[in-house]
Amino acid sequence: MNGTLNVTPAIPELFVFTMACLILVVDLYIRKEQRVISYGLTLLTLGVGALLSLSSFSAEPVFTFNNMFVDDALSDVVKIAICLITLVVFVYSRDYIEARGLYKGEYFVLGLFAVVGMMVMASANHFLVLYLGLELLSLSLYSMVAFQRDSALATEAAMKYFVLGALASGMMLYGMSILYGLTGSLDIPTVRQAVGGMSADDVVLIFGLVFVLVGLAFKLGVVPFHMWVPDVYHGAPTSTTLFIGTTPKIAGFAIVIRLLIGGLEDLHGTWRDMVIILAVLSIGTGNLIAIAQTNLKRMLAYSAISHMGFMLLGILAGTPTGYSAAFFYILVYAFMSLGAFGMILLLSREGFEADELDDLKGLNQRNSWYAALMLLLMISMAGIPPAVGFFAKLSVIQAIIDVNLVWLAVIAVLFAVVGAFYYLRVIKLMYFDPPDEGVQAIEAATDLKVVMGVNAWAVLLVLPWIGPIQQLCLTAVASVMNGFVS
Amino acid sequence: MIPLSHYLILGAIMFCLSVIGIFLNRKNVVILLMAIELLLLAININFLAFSHYLQDTAGQVFVFFILTVAAAESAIGLAILIVLFRNRHTINVEDLDTLKG
Repeated sequence: MNGTLNVTPAIPELFVFTMACLILVVDLYIRKEQRVISYGLTLLTLGVGALLSLSSFSAEPVFTFNNMFVDDALSDVVKIAICLITLVVFVYSRDYIEARGLYKGEYFVLGLFAVVGMMVMASANHFLVLYLGLELLSLSLYSMVAFQRDSALATEAAMKYFVLGALASGMMLYGMSILYGLTGSLDIPTVRQAVGGMSADDVVLIFGLVFVLVGLAFKLGVVPFHMWVPDVYHGAPTSTTLFIGTTPKIAGFAIVIRLLIGGLEDLHGTWRDMVIILAVLSIGTGNLIAIAQTNLKRMLAYSAISHMGFMLLGILAGTPTGYSAAFFYILVYAFMSLGAFGMILLLSREGFEADELDDLKGLNQRNSWYAALMLLLMISMAGIPPAVGFFAKLSVIQAIIDVNLVWLAVIAVLFAVVGAFYYLRVIKLMYFDPPDEGVQAIEAATDLKVVMGVNAWAVLLVLPWIGPIQQLCLTAVASVMNGFVS
Repeated sequence: MIPLSHYLILGAIMFCLSVIGIFLNRKNVVILLMAIELLLLAININFLAFSHYLQDTAGQVFVFFILTVAAAESAIGLAILIVLFRNRHTINVEDLDTLKG
C-alpha cells in the first residue's frame, strides 16, 4: 500500500460525476424554457469526458486506489466510445423526450450517472469496484425505463427489468462470494494467480464460475437469459431503448473481459463449452424469433440477442485476435444500433411512436434520403458487404476458424443468412410497399438530421480505417493481458 | 465453533428460497422485492462466513457495500411499484402480461 493517493487515472470518471451533480443542482434553478442549459452542459460533459479519456490514453496500465482501479488501453477505448455514443444518444433523444414531457434535468443526470457506472466498470480491477459500477449503471437504467410515468407499458417493462436485473446481480455476487472463499481475495489479478494454482476440475471453482457466467449472460441478454430484452426494448420510451441498446453492451463486454479473461482465463477450457452453448442458442433463437416480430423495437431486440451471440464467438475463441475481434464487433454493433434506434426516434413525433414495422411502409416515396440511411444501417446489421457490419462478422468467424471450430462457424453463417431475411424485409417495406393513407410528413431538427446522416454513412465511410481500428482493439485487449502478466 | 459449511449451506438454502420465490410467485410484486432482499442477504452470509474463516476484512467491507446498494435498490423497486400501481391499479404478477417476452 502506498501512502499517496493518485487520482489522475480516474479523472474522466471524477469529471463526469462532478458535472452530473452540478447539472442536478443547476437544473433546479433554471426555468422550463431554459432547460437547454442542462442539455448543453450534458453534451459538454460527455465531450470533455471523451477528451479526458483520450488524453490519459496509454498502452501501459496504471493502477491506483490500492490496485482497485486500473487505467489501461482497454478502459480508455471503452470510455471514449461510451462518452461519444451517449452524446449522440442525447442529441437523438432531445425532440422525442420534449414531445413526451420527459425533457427534464433528471433524465440527463440519470444518463450521466449511468455513464459514470459504465466507466467504472471498464476500469474495475476489483470485484467490489466492478459490482458498484454495474449497480450504478443498472439502477440508473431502471429509473430511465420508468421515466415515462404515465405509460403502463414503460412501468411494466421497468418492473421486469428491475426484478431480472437484480436477480442477475445476485447471481454474479454469489459467484463472486464463492471465488472469494476459494481464493481469499477480491482483487482480480490475485484471484487470477490463485486460480492458476488450482486444478481446473475443482468442482467448487466451477460452481462459482457458473454463477458469474450466468450473471454476465443475464446482463448481456443472451439466450436462455434473454427474457427481459424484448420486453424492455419494447416497453421503454424509445430514447431509453436507444441508450440501453448501445453503450451498456460495450460496458458489458468490458466486464466480460475483466472477469472471464482477466480473472478466470486459466479456466478457459471449462467456460468455453458453456459460452459455446450460450452463443449458439443466442444466434439461433435471436435470428429465428426476430422474423416473427411486427414491432420494430422488438425485432431489433431479438437482433441484439443474436449480435451478442456473435460477440461471444470472439470471446470463446480464447485468443488475443478473438478478443479483439469481439471488441471490434461490439463497437460496430453499438454504432449500428445507435443509427437504427435513432431512425425510429427521427421518424416519431408527438403521439406517434413509429415503432411498428408497418410505419416504415413506403418510406422511400415519403423521404428517399431517410430510406437510404435506413438501408445502409440494415445492410450493415445484416452483415452484407461492403458495410462495416460484414467485416465485424468476418473477423469473429475468422477467429473461431483459427481455433478449429469450423462447425460453429458454419452454424453462425447459416443463422446470419436467416437473419438477413428480416433486415431485408425492412428494406422491402421501405422501397416496394406503398405508404399508408394519411401519413404525415417527416419533420426533424437540423442537428438531428446531420448527425443521423453521418452515423448512417459512417458504416461505409469507415472502411479505409478498419485496419487501424482493429489494431487499436488488439492493443486494448493486449493491455489487459499484459497488465496481468506483470 | 460452528464449521464454515453450516454457514454456506444456510446461505445456499436462502439463495435457493429467494430464486424459487422470484420464479414461482404469481401473486404479488411486493413478494418479489422481498425475495430480492433475501437473495442479497444470502450472499452477505456467504461473504461474512468466508471473511471470518479467511481472517480477511475485505469480505466484510463488501457486505457493507451490498447492504447500501440493496437499500438503494429497494427504494427504486418500491418507486417503480408505486408508478405501476397508479397505472394499472394492480400489483398482481399475473396481470403484468401486456408485454410478452
